[in-house]
Amino acid sequence: MAAPVISRAAEQSPSATQKLTIGKALNLGLRTAMENDPKVIVMGEDVGKLGGVFRITDGLQKDFGEHRVLDTPLAESGIIGTAVGLAIRGYRPVCEIQFDGFIFPGFDQIVSQVAKVHFRSEGRLRMPMVIRVPFGGGIGAVEHHSESPESYFAHTAGLRVVSCSNAVDAYWMLQQAIQCEDPVLFFEPKRYYHSGALRAEVDTAVTPAPLFSSQVLRTGNSATLVAYGPSVKVCLDAAAAADEDGTSLEVIDLRTLSPLDLGPVFESVRKTGRLIAVSEAPANSSLTSEIAMRVQQECFYSLEAPVLRVTGFDTPYPPTKLEEHFLPDLDRVLHAVDRALAW
Amino acid sequence: MEPVQLLDPDGRLTQDENWPLELTPELCRDLYRRMRLARRFDEQAYVLQRQGELGLWLQSLGQEAAQVGSISAVRPDDHVFPSYREHAAALCRGITPAELLVQWRGSRNSGWDPATYRFHIYTLVLAAQLPHATGYAMGVQRDGTDEIVLAYFGDGAASEGEANETFNWAATTEVPLLLFCQNNQWAISTPAHTQTRTSLHQRAQGFGLEAHLVDGNDILAVHAVTAAVAERVRSGGGPAMIEAQTYRMAGHSTSDDPDRYRDASELDSWKTRDPIHRLERLLEERGWMNDGFRADLEAECEVFANRTSQECKQLPLQDVSTLFNTVLAEPTPLLTEEHRRYAELVASFAE
Repeated sequence: MAAPVISRAAEQSPSATQKLTIGKALNLGLRTAMENDPKVIVMGEDVGKLGGVFRITDGLQKDFGEHRVLDTPLAESGIIGTAVGLAIRGYRPVCEIQFDGFIFPGFDQIVSQVAKVHFRSEGRLRMPMVIRVPFGGGIGAVEHHSESPESYFAHTAGLRVVSCSNAVDAYWMLQQAIQCEDPVLFFEPKRYYHSGALRAEVDTAVTPAPLFSSQVLRTGNSATLVAYGPSVKVCLDAAAAADEDGTSLEVIDLRTLSPLDLGPVFESVRKTGRLIAVSEAPANSSLTSEIAMRVQQECFYSLEAPVLRVTGFDTPYPPTKLEEHFLPDLDRVLHAVDRALAW
Repeated sequence: MEPVQLLDPDGRLTQDENWPLELTPELCRDLYRRMRLARRFDEQAYVLQRQGELGLWLQSLGQEAAQVGSISAVRPDDHVFPSYREHAAALCRGITPAELLVQWRGSRNSGWDPATYRFHIYTLVLAAQLPHATGYAMGVQRDGTDEIVLAYFGDGAASEGEANETFNWAATTEVPLLLFCQNNQWAISTPAHTQTRTSLHQRAQGFGLEAHLVDGNDILAVHAVTAAVAERVRSGGGPAMIEAQTYRMAGHSTSDDPDRYRDASELDSWKTRDPIHRLERLLEERGWMNDGFRADLEAECEVFANRTSQECKQLPLQDVSTLFNTVLAEPTPLLTEEHRRYAELVASFAE
């Protein structure tokens, strides 16, 4: 039933290193996962001929066939729900949710079924499924196309939640998520999918970092910035700007949102004494709340200032012309750094 | 459309050339025995709830023909996705009383290994199991085997978005799925005519599914229609839906009081159409049930009821560690740490 697999990954890659955007890295990660395991199935709205509205699945249906790359009816609950059945049957579905704000019709299946089937069955049934979600703002889109719903899923027992911020992680983390025996919500920074500035050398021959681990991307002594997804670039830019003014900022990419891997954050805060958590999601009852709580618990005597947050407002996502106010940017991050240093 | 009926409430048999049935004494006795055991089990579970041994029970009383007639018409390797009232169907697959009761006793969230019985664990969110069944059937389709998937749901669940998404999805993907709706006329206190203004099988037809209406209290009709439709699905005829008109003779659950919302006369009317009685009349009329069979079955039912009580009361409590150990396939630092701290707290009280 399946079309013959053409190893285009190998064709394109005489050496192990390629310079890729995040979008191309995700595409190559998917392609490699599908070549390695015939049980991997890609499904979602418009993921076939079109290659997805962001072209992340570009070319996959042509090479792997319609039985492995499925254009589904326009029904998120159905996409997730049928993926549950496919997983029970022994497949490893990779679902694409077209935009963050459209995950909610599938919310019940995710939190009541995907998250609980393993627990309900006491481990007799596993849910090796990936739900890819392009998330966050900055693309000038209409309502429901720029949201950051990750905290809902991090709050739900039985789900794993990760987010990549760069091309290397996009390539590796997606494959690792597909190999994971548990369901993984995979949040992708859509505004940087095709960013030439974030194009990076991806070495497909190295051993990647473990999926559920945070990484220090830049070392510094004055204060620590922790972020994930699209906010990582904001933090790296802020750190570069601060460096010109003689302020040395450490930047940590959280990568895994559930379970959290805060060991590198604790270690960093014990060194710098100051932490600023950055996220596009509204602050109230969010991942940044959890980070702040855990850091005060573990690093109480090391803190020189309260943990500060730079986040989206506690409003619905704004209309396009106002989104620059909502999104954490370099100025807001550096303002928070100044407040932390002046405490 | 009139429902397909082969056996009327008085036990009179008619033939329908569209729905052939090889009627044998053995088949009738087997179906009768399975329905009697299911009803006796259900009665005993109700008693156990009233004794405080179960937290809740949802009776299958009155729906035995719909369940036994349908599941006995598919193959043992056809995977089944039930809702939560399919006790009679579950018993046909060999699921034990203890496995069926443990969830309602509050000791576990499910009772059996779905792979062993080819019968998925109960799903309590209405219609949520229907996309699961559809996805499983997509897997069967890709594996190229000749299994089919049987999914149960009810008239209340048919109002959920997922039921309608499933009708549509199954039709477009042409999966080997047989959707079996037990229209038992009531969704807790809401009657079927408040749920929908079209009959459910007609709605399914509108989605492009082959759909049939059957007298759900006529086990021979249910069996014949399900067998024929299942073979059409198996031979690549595409997904299908069967609506079985039956009646929930008990409340929705042991927490319900149906006297508040339905007339006693309605129940009385359906009692005259009891699925077990009508097959019993046929067996008697044909002389297919002698005193020996009758006595043996009475005794078997009582033994089964006693076993149900005993197994229920002996069900062990789960260790609290299973909570932390079964959330995910691999433990996480968060769960390991929470578990450790709680164990330390418990140990400190012990000292």
